[in-house]
Amino acid sequence: MCLGIPGEVLTIADDELRTGRVRFGGIVKEVCLVYVPEVAVGEFVVVHAGFAISRLDRERADAVFVYLEAIDVTPKLGEDGT
Amino acid sequence: MRYVDEYRDGETAHRYAAAIRTTVTRPWTLMEVCGGQTHAIVRFGIDELLPPELSLVHGPGCPVCVTPVEALDRAVAIAARPGVIFCSFGDMLRVPGSERDLFAVKAAGGDVRVVYSPMDAVGIAARHREHQVVFFAVGFETTAPANAMAVLAARARGLRNFSLLVSHVTVPPAMEAILAAPGRRVDGFLAAGHVCTVMGLEEYRPLCARYRVPIVVTGFEPLDLLQGIHMCVRQLEEGRAELENQYARSVAPDGNEAARSAIREVFEIVPRAWRGIGTIPASGLALRASYADLDAEQRFDVTTLHAREDPECRSGLVLQGRIKPLDCPAFGARCTPEHPLGAPMVSAEGACAAYYRYRRIATR
Repeated sequence: MCLGIPGEVLTIADDELRTGRVRFGGIVKEVCLVYVPEVAVGEFVVVHAGFAISRLDRERADAVFVYLEAIDVTPKLGEDGT
Repeated sequence: MRYVDEYRDGETAHRYAAAIRTTVTRPWTLMEVCGGQTHAIVRFGIDELLPPELSLVHGPGCPVCVTPVEALDRAVAIAARPGVIFCSFGDMLRVPGSERDLFAVKAAGGDVRVVYSPMDAVGIAARHREHQVVFFAVGFETTAPANAMAVLAARARGLRNFSLLVSHVTVPPAMEAILAAPGRRVDGFLAAGHVCTVMGLEEYRPLCARYRVPIVVTGFEPLDLLQGIHMCVRQLEEGRAELENQYARSVAPDGNEAARSAIREVFEIVPRAWRGIGTIPASGLALRASYADLDAEQRFDVTTLHAREDPECRSGLVLQGRIKPLDCPAFGARCTPEHPLGAPMVSAEGACAAYYRYRRIATR
């Protein structure tokens, strides 16, 4: 139940719970977008128990690679035998 | 899949592993407190990429696993009543209670239904006004916003046949219980990224200061975990004990204010018993008095049940990170996902289930 999954927002209805259709890989599910009022069609959300709990921040999506470039002393694959 | 595949790149993972090996000079023990992270670590073999000085232990991060037997017994007692439609997330159905599990109730003719969202249970209540519809509201801060909205929706629709059996838990008090316990083994924490997505970061800073422990809020994909591990060991090696956020693409410093506001409206903070650990002060959520009419415990009067645990199950030690699943004599023999002695062997997020699925053949 705690496994949050990122999905792409396909549609957003005009109802109280801001019901949207969200695509997870090949599966499309109805998701309540009421907790992410800022989210727009085409953006990605993390969904738990049928509710989106965050909008994934595109500008921060590369942070994991940027951090590695800053710390990595052996940028070439295989240099240390791995 | 976007936001998934790019964080599973093997070459980048090996570069991270090399960077971690370069950073670590002494033995350290890190704990993650999220079943999703436990599964990713075991599934992708993250722990096997790490240098021998660095060990990962698994904390009480599986909400199914920490739900006390008493709560299961209440669920079973309510679900067995005629006229009740009992709705639950699927992974609660096989968790053993004192006498039996929810599957056994279903097999005996009880109307037990697996739902994906608590809103599905609200929908069932709207369609079956002649039945009492009960939703088993368990989980950490990640499911609390959904459960809060189910309560608000049921109230708004005037559904007098809907109620919630609540056994919600919150993560930071459990981390504090582990830090405060005698013989603490944990040097640093990977905090659960989705719990923090909802609640933000503020609860963790005092823990860093009080217990001199680095806490890195971490995501769930292999590269997230490797980066979180690197950030945590770098702090340890440099003698720092700070709060850092590896998972900023999802976690804002204040969390999700709309979700927190709904949680505050519906729930209050209470002491809660954790299976295998005991009662932790201020570690649970219960319905506020203003929503007591939606409380299944009161509606069905199931507050005085006496619970019994299987004495062979060592899940309490597993949940505190004191032993690993493979150290339990019952693992894989008398305790399997088909015939579990305890909850960690059942849930998709349980540490024992993860080891059974991914490590059984390699190690036995």
